[in-house]
Amino acid sequence: MSIVELKDVNFVYGQGTPYEINALKNINLTVEHGSITGLIGHTGSGKSTLVQLLNGLLKPSSGQVLIDGTDIWAEPKKIRDIRFKVGLVMQYPEYQLFDETVRDDIAFGPKNMGLDEEEIKKRVIEAAEFSGLDSALLDKSPFDLSGGQKRRAALAGVMAMNPKLLVLDEPAAGLDPRGRREILGRIRTYGRESGTSVMIVSHSMEDMAKYCDRILVMCGGQLMMEGTCAEVFSRYNELIEVGLDVPQITKIAAALKKHGVDIGDDVYTVNFALARVAEFMGLSLDQIEGRLHHGS
Amino acid sequence: MALDISIGQYFEGSSVIHKADPRVKLISVILYITVIFLAKNMFSFALLILSAIALIIISRIPIKIITKGMKPLILILVFTAILNIFWLQGDTLVFEFGIIHIYLEGIMTAIFMIIRITILLIGTSVILTYTTTPIALTDGLEQLLEPLKKTKLPVHEFSMMMTIALRFIPTLIEETDKIMNAQKARGADIGSGGIMQRAKALIPILIPLFISAFRRADELSTAMECRCYRGGEGRTRMSKLKLRAGDVVFAGTFIVLGALIIIINIYAPGFNLAY
Amino acid sequence: MSAIIKTEHLCYSYHTEENKKVQAVNDVSIEIEEGQFVAILGHNGSGKSTFAKLLNMILTPESGKIFIDGKELTSPDITEDDIYDIRRQIGMVFQNPDNQIVATIVEEDVAFGPENLGIPSDEIRKRVDNALETVGMKKYARHAPHKLSGGQKQRVAIAGIIAMMPRCIIFDESTAMLDPLGRREVMDTIERLNRKDGKTVLHITHYMGEATRADRVIVMRHGSVYMDGTPKEIFTRVDELWEAGLEVPQTTEFMHGLNELGLSLPLDIFETEPCAEKSAEAILKWISDHK
Repeated sequence: MSIVELKDVNFVYGQGTPYEINALKNINLTVEHGSITGLIGHTGSGKSTLVQLLNGLLKPSSGQVLIDGTDIWAEPKKIRDIRFKVGLVMQYPEYQLFDETVRDDIAFGPKNMGLDEEEIKKRVIEAAEFSGLDSALLDKSPFDLSGGQKRRAALAGVMAMNPKLLVLDEPAAGLDPRGRREILGRIRTYGRESGTSVMIVSHSMEDMAKYCDRILVMCGGQLMMEGTCAEVFSRYNELIEVGLDVPQITKIAAALKKHGVDIGDDVYTVNFALARVAEFMGLSLDQIEGRLHHGS
Repeated sequence: MALDISIGQYFEGSSVIHKADPRVKLISVILYITVIFLAKNMFSFALLILSAIALIIISRIPIKIITKGMKPLILILVFTAILNIFWLQGDTLVFEFGIIHIYLEGIMTAIFMIIRITILLIGTSVILTYTTTPIALTDGLEQLLEPLKKTKLPVHEFSMMMTIALRFIPTLIEETDKIMNAQKARGADIGSGGIMQRAKALIPILIPLFISAFRRADELSTAMECRCYRGGEGRTRMSKLKLRAGDVVFAGTFIVLGALIIIINIYAPGFNLAY
Repeated sequence: MSAIIKTEHLCYSYHTEENKKVQAVNDVSIEIEEGQFVAILGHNGSGKSTFAKLLNMILTPESGKIFIDGKELTSPDITEDDIYDIRRQIGMVFQNPDNQIVATIVEEDVAFGPENLGIPSDEIRKRVDNALETVGMKKYARHAPHKLSGGQKQRVAIAGIIAMMPRCIIFDESTAMLDPLGRREVMDTIERLNRKDGKTVLHITHYMGEATRADRVIVMRHGSVYMDGTPKEIFTRVDELWEAGLEVPQTTEFMHGLNELGLSLPLDIFETEPCAEKSAEAILKWISDHK
């Protein structure tokens, strides 16, 4: 059973008005349990709409959204339960913090779930740890934290609900390179260790390549591509055609091929490219072990 | 993809009314309101109705939009009508049942009141809100009140505040929507339960909204300082409002209308309103 | 060429809620030539934004001197009028496009600056038209800003600054909140302002790709200047950049990695094609040498 299954999903904004926009057209897709999926596309490609369909903030105009095998709109009154199953971290989530202490804020979701005190306490600490938030900060006001810390606190607030699927809309937006690396690394570790399925929406192809297993590409309200990073980025020509970018290293690999060094089309991170080059040069993997920088 | 939020009720168009100077429109509305309250008999009311129809036709605002804008008013209209019908006493009794006495005068007054309020609303919305952008309106107001600046009234500051408020209303609506979604995603239960529960459920929305509004205000003030804003003094305007012949004619029409109605009131026979 | 901006031992500190003193800018002495395109890098909290806000007196320095076009800004007999004149000359565009647009119509917003300067109406009209033309937003002159995309809003904000006819424009992470398309629009505008109109540009950013387009890169760390040089000089110092929490362009990272494998490639190539060409050449040569 897949964690997400979309069957013929359509979504129309302002149905029946002159401003009608067909934001999603006939989307069919599945996301496997425990995977880390990247969702890419232009602004207005329908990816934000898709994300809001997953946790029932929006209801499809037609078609079915299945989470963990159940149609989330089978019982519309229970839609709130879906939100606990599918945790959504919106863009710039730090702007949703409101409670007196970071601890209370992280506990907001679990409290709404009706969990008991002990469980809530446990979850807050766990979530703070996963998001990389120093436990000394838990009793501070969320408004006294730095930008990066606020982001982590907001992230922890959703993680604490122990969702089966964690969806993040541009979790690294506006952060500096180190901040990006840290937060995306944390999210990946969280997915791996807790077994939670993760979906990351991002514009950064480099980040997608580094942190995701599979990639979905949206374009004009339709699902344009789906596959592993290698599969998707090897079709870089199509991506560039619709105005999306590919990691620069993928383009470098393509250019290398033209100059007689074929390291494959499915190259999407620098380290991967270097390993392929080493192979091409006839170096064995242990010969290069430790020589590659892990700065990225 | 956010909802299409339009500020105020402005309806894009290029009619004579759209193009008229906002100051003239403000004055015209005041004139028109006066005229509406001058009308006292059937003929003058007939003329009023004609003038309202003319306004709608000239403005080219779809009648659908205007009727839609009237909807919230229905309750007030019905209430006014009932009040007049049941309470007003006159000479001609039409209906009697126990303590209920209904007079012809009451019915007529009720009809006139309904016409008056309806025309009042059509008049102000067609001359002002539907055909004038909020910024033109504040501009017009500022320049109309210019003489008051000598009395040290903060006319410029007031209009600047209005402009900024208008500028940020859609932004804040969008923001509210986002925050609401974010809290709903954390299981917040908005809009159910008793009053206390509902009020409590607003906290997670209002606090972030206020904080964000303050942050925006702070950033905006820095940006304004960077753009050399230092109050109204020594400030010029790009678009100086200039009166054109058409504007004078526009306002003049309402004066003529008023004069006509006064004449009709005096000379034409027919039912006369007491007030 | 003369220095349009010059700072001497500039310092600025503030106190946190817990009364801890934070030295945001620490002893910064730099000179920026008129017409230069300078990128300022550094991780969050490195003091780069604070530094920028000192330059047009939005913040007042704790100690040190600032000279704008030779005039000392920090001198005690500087008047309020002088400060406003400096702000006109050193324009500033911020991160969030929403929070710097004042009016409800694009052209009214662009007119805001010149109106504050007390410029005659006809002249404002001309400046507004020119500014919107420069940023490619003429078509949207009568639009409501809140309906524009992020990149378009940011270009309106830029037009609002251009209309004041500044000599230098500081972009304080103006591309950070934009999507790739918006970022490209804004970067192209910035580059054009510098190359074509000769405006001095200070561009604060996290994106290394953007910094490679500058004439000069200044890396800030802990409130001080950590590195200063041309993009080619800076981005070849890979380990130091990593140390400062920054990244290098993937071309450089790739060639740096190849050098670890035993090749010797230059690190100052930021374009895909030349990078691949040089790398392929070196790889093939290595293979034939080791046969």
